[in-house]
Amino acid sequence: MKIMTCPFNGPRPVSEFFYWGEIRPMPDPATCSDESWADYIFNRNGAPGVKQEWWCHIASNTWFIAERNTEKDLVLRTYLFEEEL
Amino acid sequence: MPWRLLRFATTKKHPEPRMFTEHAELKPSYDVVIIGGGGHGLAAAYYLGRDHGITNVAVLEKGYIGGGNTGRNTTIIRSNYLTPEGVKFYDESVNLWQDLSQEFDLNLFYANRGHFTLAHTDSALRTMRWRAEVNKHYGVDSEVVGPDFVKRAAPMINLSCGHAPILGALYHAPGSIARHDAVAWGYGRGADMRGAEIHQQTEVLGIDVRGGKVCGVQTSRGYIATDKVLCAVAGFTPRILDMVDIKTPITIHPLQAMVSEPLKPWLDPILVSGSLHIYVSQSARGELVMGASLDPYELHSTRSTLDFVEGLSAHMLDMFPFLSHVKVMRQWAGMADMTPDFAPIMGKTPIEGFYLDAGWGTWGFKATPVCGKTMAHTIATDTPHPLINGFSLDRFRNYSLTGEKGAASVGH
Ligand SMILES: Cc1cc2nc3c(=O)[nH]c(=O)nc-3n(C[C@H](O)[C@H](O)[C@H](O)COP(=O)(O)OP(=O)(O)OC[C@H]3O[C@@H](n4cnc5c(N)ncnc54)[C@H](O)[C@@H]3O)c2cc1C
Repeated sequence: MKIMTCPFNGPRPVSEFFYWGEIRPMPDPATCSDESWADYIFNRNGAPGVKQEWWCHIASNTWFIAERNTEKDLVLRTYLFEEEL
Repeated sequence: MPWRLLRFATTKKHPEPRMFTEHAELKPSYDVVIIGGGGHGLAAAYYLGRDHGITNVAVLEKGYIGGGNTGRNTTIIRSNYLTPEGVKFYDESVNLWQDLSQEFDLNLFYANRGHFTLAHTDSALRTMRWRAEVNKHYGVDSEVVGPDFVKRAAPMINLSCGHAPILGALYHAPGSIARHDAVAWGYGRGADMRGAEIHQQTEVLGIDVRGGKVCGVQTSRGYIATDKVLCAVAGFTPRILDMVDIKTPITIHPLQAMVSEPLKPWLDPILVSGSLHIYVSQSARGELVMGASLDPYELHSTRSTLDFVEGLSAHMLDMFPFLSHVKVMRQWAGMADMTPDFAPIMGKTPIEGFYLDAGWGTWGFKATPVCGKTMAHTIATDTPHPLINGFSLDRFRNYSLTGEKGAASVGH
């Protein structure tokens, strides 16, 4: 079973978590062009790599960030948003 | 050893020709280079030769042909989709499938079984009525049927399915299965016979683009000049698109599958349940071929998991309690190239001479013939085939998606 470490609850089975994709900066919808808004809502960095992703521990509704190698499925680090430097 | 056999083994001239010609060297240039020796790439090479007389073609495959999703899929073929674009496109594919075995002179074990998408909720039944109406409008055989009809077609089914009783189903009589490797081999041999070269163990490492135009590809066996490249690499699409700086919504998630030990034939139709996350058919060998939904997070790997076997087996037992002693024989995974609207991305790209056939996610095997045919047309004429207009990459810039999720998410 794959284990994910919740920054609050410690190591838990990955089935208790919800994945919400790579962290991406949102352009200001009031000022950006239709084209860059479309780019933001649709396009993704689909190639493998070490990515910073949103994850949520469902039972405790803890949203946090995981740094994960998406080719090897290795979680390198998990931390709360506030802890980001 | 009998003398005849020994003589056969030592002679260079075999009476049985090999399936494909082996080419020791890559040529310095080709009219068209196809990246990916899956069903789609090989079918494109086949129709380029057959329909357009373009035979100076190389298919480059980094592993072995059919070793990608083509050889990993659960082979469901159907056309009862939700959008008019989808229905017309997949219907043309089902038509092409009908005489492929004849055309290839190779048995594809194409078996017309009938396909049921089971509804366990009112809302599922509503989507099915919608689909049935769209399907009928385009002449596709598709109807909503009651639980009795399902029971007659699959007598071993437990209609109460644990806690999710079957309320009805979308029945699609043309639904079929076929032998996946044979599809790759058939298209490959046909392309080879017409002059295309298939190079296995040849990986594309870079694409040479100058002034917005394709000039060649860098491979693990050297450089090739060409001004037309087709990218048909399914789960590897984002890696190739990174080489040419094209952005798409494609993300990669594993899709797993498994088979049971062989059983006497007892399940004729193909059954799909969105609520239970199951699809199942019985192969010509008697194995139950089973799949579930997509793995929940991005991963570029074909590892398989115990979670998957446990979850799928539990749901299978809800539907068929009598299977409790049947053993699971094998499991595996493929890398599905998913799009947000569950429709493919096909056609021309911002780079001249670079054509894309991707975003095939969990549903692209059935489309192998029609993809080959329409992409060959698109490459030969440099104009998108009318059947793929709804699938262009532009749709994500113009906010004009082709919403196929209701028909493609679990059903494939
Ligand atoms: C478990 C599973 C079940 C499925 N079930 C169904 C189903 O029931 N019905 C259905 O219609 N569809 C189904 N699908 C989807 C279907 O399998 C795919 O959409 C389809 O096979 C894609 O074919 P393809 O030829 O485009 O890709 P592939 O067969 O994956 O071929 C792509 C090839 O490109 C090669 N390649 C990649 N990168 C490079 C490079 N740099 N250089 C050279 N070669 C490269 C790969 O090695 C690979 O062989 C399923 C998929 C999976 C994983």
